[in-house]
Amino acid sequence: MTGCIVVLIICCFMCLYRIAFGPTPSDRIVANDILGIIIVGFCGIFSALSKQDLYMNIALAWALLSFIGSIALSKFLEGRTYDD
Amino acid sequence: MESIEKSTGFKFRVRLFEFLLMFLIWLALTWTIDPLTLIVGVIVAAGVVLFLSDLFPPNMVLLFTPRRLFWLLVYIPYFLYCVFKANLDVLYRVLHPDLPINPGIVKVRTALTTDLAKTFLANSITLTPGTLTVDIEGEYLYIHWINVLAKDIEGATIIIVNKFENILRRIFE
Amino acid sequence: MTETIGFILIVCGLIFDFSGCLGLVRLPDVYNRLQSSTKCVTLGTCLILLGAVFYNGINAVGIKAILCIWFIFMTSPTAAHAISRASHKAGYKLWKGSACDKYLEDRQGSLKKEDS
Repeated sequence: MTGCIVVLIICCFMCLYRIAFGPTPSDRIVANDILGIIIVGFCGIFSALSKQDLYMNIALAWALLSFIGSIALSKFLEGRTYDD
Repeated sequence: MESIEKSTGFKFRVRLFEFLLMFLIWLALTWTIDPLTLIVGVIVAAGVVLFLSDLFPPNMVLLFTPRRLFWLLVYIPYFLYCVFKANLDVLYRVLHPDLPINPGIVKVRTALTTDLAKTFLANSITLTPGTLTVDIEGEYLYIHWINVLAKDIEGATIIIVNKFENILRRIFE
Repeated sequence: MTETIGFILIVCGLIFDFSGCLGLVRLPDVYNRLQSSTKCVTLGTCLILLGAVFYNGINAVGIKAILCIWFIFMTSPTAAHAISRASHKAGYKLWKGSACDKYLEDRQGSLKKEDS
């Protein structure tokens, strides 16, 4: 199980590389979105290890907030207001 | 007067369906049958339906007929098979040292009319091999394709859309 | 037995996650990166959560994991669609080796019609 967590941490560092060195802002937004989904995977592995529903609550809330954050960032990139 | 009576009754049934759906989700999330939890759940579900019911698709109740559910049960395994094929395709393209990609944005036409069906079609196209929906305008979809095989509208429509459209038309229309 | 099935599912999910992130680093432009990362990371995370369901059985944790799977399958393509549309409208070009860009042609055509 420790190996699984190490693989996910390597994935997180790939996303962080893209956030740090991405040539355009939309590359950074994509990497941010993917980082959110990978953290949901982290919560899944932790809940499989500990058998508590605490981590699943975190996963649900994180998936929701990550989705809303991606939508807000892409609206900002498109240059529109938040109304339409 | 008759039609207004009928429409208000229909609206009430839609609200009741949404309330039961919300209450079921509350029960699944809390996973206890405690009187206090149940009372709070009823209040929360009623509040959600009262304030946010405009956001639900209004004709969703009409979709629950046995024939449509049968085609939905056909659609889900086919969709999962396509998702697995898409992932193996991406795995091959990413691990190949030369990156065998030939990307481009093509335009396809769909015969589906309702918004719900178009949403399902766009999401299915995004999760299946090598395609990503960029925009929808009327009956045309713009699709980013990682390995362009046909640049014109008809050829791309046959390859990308037709395999889902036949089943989705039976489910939603 | 169920723990073995769960472990196999988690390992498959990790392979898909890793390939998606490798695509995020290797592929040349925004749209190709969205292709690989959205597809692979969505399926990989869903397999990890399914493995968690097999580890725990159907109880409070399992139901929440199933809701989470449904939610990710619904929202992840929508987010990808929003990001790709926004970056195309913000003017980020496709990779130079691309075959065709019908969307750019149509948008420029409609802009010219508005001007005249």
